[in-house]
Amino acid sequence: MDTQMESSCSKTRNPFTGAEANAVSVKVDHVCKSFSGVEVLKDISFEVIPGEIFVLMGPSGSGKSVLLRDIVGLDVPTSGTVTIDGQDPSLEATRDRVRVALVFQDGALFNSLSVYDNLALYPREHRSGDEDSISQKVMHALKILSVEDAAYKFPSELSGGMKKRVSIARALVMEPQLLLYDEPTSELDPVMSATISEIIATLKNEYSVTSIVVTHDRALAQTISNRVGIIMGGELITLGTPAELFATKDPRLVDFLNPKIDIKNPRFKKLESTKPS
Amino acid sequence: MKQLNSIVEGVGSVVQLLFRSASYAGSLPRQWARFIEQCYQIGYTTLPIVAILSFFIGTVLALEAGYAMEGFGAKEFIGSLVGLSMARELGPMMTSVLLAGRVGSAIAAELASMKVYQEIDALTTMNIPAAKILVLPRLAAVLVMMPVLIVIANIVGWFGGSVVARYVSTVGISPESYFAALRHYTKFKDVINGMEKAEVFGFVVVLVCCDIGLNTKGGPREIGAAVTRAVVVSLILILVLDYFVTKILM
Ligand SMILES: Nc1ncnc2c1ncn2[C@@H]1O[C@H](COP(=O)(O)OP(=O)(O)OP(=O)(O)O)[C@@H](O)[C@H]1O
Ligand SMILES: [Mg+2]
Repeated sequence: MDTQMESSCSKTRNPFTGAEANAVSVKVDHVCKSFSGVEVLKDISFEVIPGEIFVLMGPSGSGKSVLLRDIVGLDVPTSGTVTIDGQDPSLEATRDRVRVALVFQDGALFNSLSVYDNLALYPREHRSGDEDSISQKVMHALKILSVEDAAYKFPSELSGGMKKRVSIARALVMEPQLLLYDEPTSELDPVMSATISEIIATLKNEYSVTSIVVTHDRALAQTISNRVGIIMGGELITLGTPAELFATKDPRLVDFLNPKIDIKNPRFKKLESTKPS
Repeated sequence: MKQLNSIVEGVGSVVQLLFRSASYAGSLPRQWARFIEQCYQIGYTTLPIVAILSFFIGTVLALEAGYAMEGFGAKEFIGSLVGLSMARELGPMMTSVLLAGRVGSAIAAELASMKVYQEIDALTTMNIPAAKILVLPRLAAVLVMMPVLIVIANIVGWFGGSVVARYVSTVGISPESYFAALRHYTKFKDVINGMEKAEVFGFVVVLVCCDIGLNTKGGPREIGAAVTRAVVVSLILILVLDYFVTKILM
């Protein structure tokens, strides 16, 4: 039903599922977030334009996952606003109108359902198609991520990387207009990581899906992103094209983007002075 | 003051959950499979323990009644006492207590772990309300299964009483006169009355346990805490509601 309504706007077909989607924008406006007084996000503002791949990088614990939760409306910012296509993402009405999928950092698969049912839940609940077409969609998505052999396994029987891939497949089946990934390649081998990058790029290039990708994967950021933002200590310290960013002279970024492995003078040696005696 | 606050908040959240899941009642026919599964979980798994417990409640009732009524020379009325107390009070009450321990705890644990491991969040981003697919089938199932459990509890309990009446020498009355008294004094209305009570208790237990599970915050440790809270709150509610429901149904 949705797809018919949208077909009046500019659209393209989703390769994995055959559904149509139109691109949406995201606006993050002066977002602050604190947990019991501790500030985790400090005045973050940026805009993601329709059909863009926006990459967020930053050290572990800098607030990237918290920001993604605010963007999809699972949490609300302490102050500031997030809008998706001009609407508040935490409202059910927005979720009805715009399909947003989030690939959680640890997958968040439904443990009581098989892999197949994990993927089929969304189309079944939203009654998009009969069991046959749902089954085709699901198997196709599993095949793209090379996890079709695990279709009838349960999440507890999967490896970390398989869970990640199933969770990306589950997001694809949702035919999202906005797709957020929380470290999609963190547990994958280099070949699989490259495949994920290709999927993200294809979704953008041919099907204008807006993507926000949180990652530590430099290759991904360098090759497929339109813009990269770097968050440190809850602040968005820089925002630019990958070329600009990887050529920067800012010492904080140089250290973060090109960490040196110093065998002669390892980091933990510097801690020796604080070692308990 | 803080505790009063959290009680008011809790009640508010439970009432909200009730209305939210009720608003999806129309989707129940399409959730047939989930409903059946929950009926199985609620009914079939509690049945053995309900039966065993009811049997022994019946026997204890008959023993005590035999002891108390001997003084009046009114032992033939044991059947009426067992019949009425089982149907009106002990059947519904003990079945609900078992439901809280057996089913309520499982519901709280399952939903709390779904919350802690972000499965509920995943549902939210998929725009699939937890109230619809997790709470509603359970509420419907408990409403259907509670009367079944009560009928079984009553019959087994009455039978337990008759065994004591017949074989324990201090009581020693025939099953015929036991059941004659039981039939004469225990009206259909009393059984229905007990079922209504059980429906209220069972519904509240499941609703509250769902709510506590869904409102779990923090890490895996909180799952255990949620289960404990769910069972304790359920037991308190059963006892408090018992008075009011009994009063209203009188
Ligand atoms: N629910 C919460 N309550 C309190 N503090 C939280 C909560 N969630 C996150 N934090 C804190 O917020 C900070 C940012 O966490 P976040 O998960 O966003 O990091 P991240 O950038 O995603 O790190 P990583 O790359 O390791 O995934 C951390 O210091 C974390 O301790
Ligand atoms: Mg994270």
